[in-house]
Amino acid sequence: MIEFLGDVLAWFGDPDNWIGPSGILNRLREHVQLTAAATVAAAILAIPPALWLGHRRIGGTFVVAVVNIGRAIPSFAIVVLFLPISIRLGLGIGFWPTFLALLFLAVPPMFTNTYTGVAGVDPDLVEASRGMGMTDREVLTKVELPMASPVILAAVRVATVQVAATATLGALVGWGGLGRFIVDGFSVRDNVLVFAGAILVAGLAIFLEVLLGWVERRVVPTTLQSRSDVVESVVA
Amino acid sequence: MIHVAQASEGFFSWDWVVNHLDDIWARTVEHLMLTAIAVAVGMLISLALSVVALRYRWTYSPITWFTGILYTIPSLALFAFLVPITGLSVLTAEIGLVSYTLLILIRNTVAGIDGVPEATVESARGMGYTNRGLFFSVELPLALPVIIAGIRIAAVTTIGLVTVTALIGQGGLGFFILRGLNLFYSPIGTTQIVVGTVVSVALAVAVDLTLVGIQHVATPWSRRRAAA
Repeated sequence: MIEFLGDVLAWFGDPDNWIGPSGILNRLREHVQLTAAATVAAAILAIPPALWLGHRRIGGTFVVAVVNIGRAIPSFAIVVLFLPISIRLGLGIGFWPTFLALLFLAVPPMFTNTYTGVAGVDPDLVEASRGMGMTDREVLTKVELPMASPVILAAVRVATVQVAATATLGALVGWGGLGRFIVDGFSVRDNVLVFAGAILVAGLAIFLEVLLGWVERRVVPTTLQSRSDVVESVVA
Repeated sequence: MIHVAQASEGFFSWDWVVNHLDDIWARTVEHLMLTAIAVAVGMLISLALSVVALRYRWTYSPITWFTGILYTIPSLALFAFLVPITGLSVLTAEIGLVSYTLLILIRNTVAGIDGVPEATVESARGMGYTNRGLFFSVELPLALPVIIAGIRIAAVTTIGLVTVTALIGQGGLGFFILRGLNLFYSPIGTTQIVVGTVVSVALAVAVDLTLVGIQHVATPWSRRRAAA
């Protein structure tokens, strides 16, 4: 075991493993770019409709059930499924099948959490805001959105970390990223390479978790912080 | 010849499905078993750890930190780490699958119990509930909707992750997806990818709806509140 960990350390110590198109730095760049693209696209697709539907408190059960179907599609299956589709559409292998799979993965939790966060705001509070003469828009932006912000931001953080972890599967369909080390390690039965790849992906995911947790504490209104800290303080 | 040419350009072969119904059924049952064991064991471990975290607050951070790390390790790598120790076995698959359920289940259990209104807890204490009675008769039932929401996510996530275990020789319906990946250029390949995916999704939806039904029956008070 000690010997094995020594081999892993030696792998990280070799400068050749860091540079070039298949080096750690380039794989990291690919991984981060794909994660960012998929997460931002998912947020744009998921959050606005969820805010509106949550505000109206309509179609909750139905919408959440439909979106859960997206959640139910295995990302492994989606990555593989989009390979022949992507080829037929002329999008090729690698980036597109992986990107679309990650989108499927990230949209449902963002949508459901935003929806339940907004729809779950105390009805008395909403009633009181309306009584104070707030318009529909003001109720959403000044009351419901701040109240739901801890849940929404937590959802974005969780989705981002999950996307970063699952982007690894893209290596099965010709995408680069840090998953390359794991998949290549698998095919040549090199446990050192697999272990090193896992360290890199887990390290990136934990870094994102810490970073987004910090952003959350900065953005969430202070009056709601104590509450969100209890439930959501993960990697401190 | 024309028939063959058409088939090779197709995307889905019903013939393959009809000829492999036994195979599909067997893999579906295997898939369900792998999931059920993982979620059940995961829930037991999570309940124990949640009790510890609620009793000794300082342990919550390290528990979620550790299960958070397990959750972020890519499934491919976690399974690969275990193979030298437990081999290409069901045990390897289950250790990985259980690991992934813990974070979700613990978070929801703790959040659910934390979400029980202070006034309700105070009232129960005022009525003479002991710690144990308070936990089992008041806090746990009131937290049930949140806990079941966690179980639903864990179950659906696990059904998805089971497919990945195809890479270590298990996989349930993932077996078809992996075989399809190796034959993706032919309709026999794409058919298997689609079958593996569709049946896996159907399984997830069925399990999710079953859990919704269980919650509906188990927490009649939340139903009344939702209706109001």
